[in-house]
Amino acid sequence: MSVESVFPQLEALLPHVQKPIQYVGGELNSTVKPWDDCDVRWALMYPDAYEVGLPNQGVMILYEVLNEREGVLAERTYSVWPDLEELMRKHEVPQFTVDAHRPVAAFDLFGVSFSTELGYTNLLTALDLAGIPLDAADRTEDHPVVVAGGHAAFNPEPIADFIDCAVIGDGEQAVLEMTEITRAWKAEGRPGGREELLFRLARTGGVYVPRFYDVEYLADGRISRVVPNRSGVPWRVSKHTVMDLDEWPYPKQPLVPLAETVHERMSVEIFRGCTRGCRFCQAGMITRPVRERSITGIGEMVEKGLKNTGFEEVGLLSLSSADHTEIGDVAKGLADRYEEDKIGLSLPSTRVDAFNIDLANELTRNGRRSGLTFAPEGGSERIRKVINKMVSEEDLIRTVSTAYGNGWRQVKLYFMCGLPTETDDDVLQIADMATKVIAKGREVSGKNDIRCTVSIGGFVPKPHTPFQWAPQLSAEETDARLEKLRDRIRSDKKYGRSIGFRYHDGKPGIVEGLLSRGDRRVGAVIRAVYEDGGRFDGWREHFSYDRWMACAERTLPGFGLDVAWYTTRERSYEEVLPWDHLDSGLDKDWLWEDWQDSLDETEVEDCRWTPCFDCGVCPQMQTEIQIGPTGRKLLPLSVVK
Amino acid sequence: MQRIRLRYTKRGRLRFTSHRDFQRAFERALRRAEVPMAYSAGFTPHPKVSYANAAPTGTGSEAEYLEIQLTEARDPDTLRALLDESLPPGLDVIDAVEARTSGMADRLEASVWEIRLDRVAPADAERAVTAFLAADTVEVERRTKNGLRTFDARAAVVRLEATGAPADRPVDGGCAILRLVVRHLTPAVRPDDVLSGLRATADLAPPVPAAVTRLAQGLLDEESGTVTDPLAPDREAVTAAPPTAAELTAAMAPEGSA
Repeated sequence: MSVESVFPQLEALLPHVQKPIQYVGGELNSTVKPWDDCDVRWALMYPDAYEVGLPNQGVMILYEVLNEREGVLAERTYSVWPDLEELMRKHEVPQFTVDAHRPVAAFDLFGVSFSTELGYTNLLTALDLAGIPLDAADRTEDHPVVVAGGHAAFNPEPIADFIDCAVIGDGEQAVLEMTEITRAWKAEGRPGGREELLFRLARTGGVYVPRFYDVEYLADGRISRVVPNRSGVPWRVSKHTVMDLDEWPYPKQPLVPLAETVHERMSVEIFRGCTRGCRFCQAGMITRPVRERSITGIGEMVEKGLKNTGFEEVGLLSLSSADHTEIGDVAKGLADRYEEDKIGLSLPSTRVDAFNIDLANELTRNGRRSGLTFAPEGGSERIRKVINKMVSEEDLIRTVSTAYGNGWRQVKLYFMCGLPTETDDDVLQIADMATKVIAKGREVSGKNDIRCTVSIGGFVPKPHTPFQWAPQLSAEETDARLEKLRDRIRSDKKYGRSIGFRYHDGKPGIVEGLLSRGDRRVGAVIRAVYEDGGRFDGWREHFSYDRWMACAERTLPGFGLDVAWYTTRERSYEEVLPWDHLDSGLDKDWLWEDWQDSLDETEVEDCRWTPCFDCGVCPQMQTEIQIGPTGRKLLPLSVVK
Repeated sequence: MQRIRLRYTKRGRLRFTSHRDFQRAFERALRRAEVPMAYSAGFTPHPKVSYANAAPTGTGSEAEYLEIQLTEARDPDTLRALLDESLPPGLDVIDAVEARTSGMADRLEASVWEIRLDRVAPADAERAVTAFLAADTVEVERRTKNGLRTFDARAAVVRLEATGAPADRPVDGGCAILRLVVRHLTPAVRPDDVLSGLRATADLAPPVPAAVTRLAQGLLDEESGTVTDPLAPDREAVTAAPPTAAELTAAMAPEGSA
């Protein structure tokens, strides 16, 4: 049975909405396959606006990996803005894919990638617009299987009622495995209905199906245990890890949108994982071990990607790009190769390290040296030991003075506020650091017009990190601390004018904290917020703290709980955490030791260069560190133009 | 240094491409097609592309024009095919000539538009057109960046006719098609301004959004109320022969934008 495009109905609405181009599809390198030629069909969603969702690498990779398979199709869908949502409801146009404008409800699987918890309300909007029951329990065989992925899926409990399953870790192989299971089940005539399909997925050990697990609570509200309620499903669900990135050179044909999006560049993931061990960093903890793409693999991806897209910028992505064992050769090789072609190179996420200035200089050979960004994260030496961000003030000053000396005019410094054990003094030292940066910058550059911008936001403790037990700082205390810092910077007559101050207030962080470390009971809050009109919580102009708090006050007391219980409460060693049955490979005892080390201000080294410190991931997941150097070089291209 | 003038379209769903969106897409297409572009000087060099008189977002077009500067000469037809291939379907490059004359933008004096009004009876449309044309001035309002602006939509209109849908494409609930020739004045009068004018003078209120397509742009032939191909003078300069009737063809037939 074929499926009709909803485009004719949608088209009539488009003249009435902002930026209609985001809803029409037709991107370069997008794929539309005949519906009837495929027996497994995926709708993939990034639950935010098109301009944010389109460049998302995760969705782009899965889209291509799935569409490359015979008999499988994947189409994309994004959150529609409230202006279109209102019209779609009025004219009964369902949530659609942008590729062929097929209704999302017609697909077999509906995969949603959550980079952040703030996309949860958008999931509910999309389900409702699609005509898919919000509660997984109410779905029938005719509805898609709703799959959550992405970093936030490492604790999917707050959305456990709304999803059918979650996959944690790398998606490339996981989606293919799920596709085969779905195909076999359909070919057999869908034996046992939806329940059976979910069971077949669950028994692989790599797909978490919340309905197969019961959560039992203690009288005080804490979890007593999470147990499988049927035999054959594992006690703990494992994350997926792709080994050998060179075997997975995706995206090969990155999507090139017509609409303007947040990242307009050819992105190449130069490695996955990070073992720097920053204790606040969930990404670094859950993506271990480090797996590098080889220098030649990077070179090929850049070459093909530029040819297929026409982008004029290449982004070398990873969690800490300067840590690639051959980054110097990669940067120089690419800069040499594309010097004539006006291709810009960017290297996000770099450490505070003088070596990075050389790199940055290499990447901006012909261009303007405007700004460099570093993330010391903590203002005092003490707090940087707590979070294991091993950078001394001397390092920082040496680095920035090299930068200013090399003609860079602006340095941006990123910090967090509300880190465990933090006091006002730790934060106020940020002002001193910025002052020293400016003083040194003026000295080495001989100019007064250099700038330093301090950017700071509230810290949110995340699951699967050593800080998963830590109390979050309340919004009021965060704001008060940030205000003191602002006053300190402003009051500096000599340097204050050269220091920019940007901050995020503490309120959104509390909602993020509630969702990050929430359990299944938090689902009631998400549903209430959605029903009250909550949408696009990652957007300042749409986010409403008051709505979240009002909805939490309506729902959580029924469980004897409140927002503070989830956010500012410190957890103890014995507590069963809502995500303990989701196995990121990290040994919970190791995480606890690292948490204790943090309180003792004891640092831990990077296992790439020092012996293993037994975080548990490699043996648990049967993976290994994959790093160079390979000793190979990037050769100039011999392409005749 | 070679200059090439191109005619391109915005068809089907890609008519929702804004001019900024098109610019980005076109510059990427130039890169993919490895066109030897000339670049502006300065810290952020831009490829030298001059865009002329872009159609508003949401309206289709069969006749958009731009000019590019190359550092090495290329055969215009080969370049056209290459760029057409490089752009997504709907953004189609349909004509190319080497620039031999100055001032292509000045030759874009007027546009021919087709405005399709679904579920409007042709007779109602005709009545409204008659009322519109009978008026000396038709005041309309448009929301601009600087607030609501009032101006005359009548003076710029050279021709306006209403017909029914073509016999081979009947439409449920009726369909009227307006053909509009409008002079490019300041402030520019767009098809939606004329639609506002039809509403103001004759209460014509289409129940669904109009499908608007630019069919041609060029020099206005006042007598016949048609426009001529703006690339013709460049072609003539090459052949150095007297213009043929074909080269002076007025507005091209609509190719359908659905």
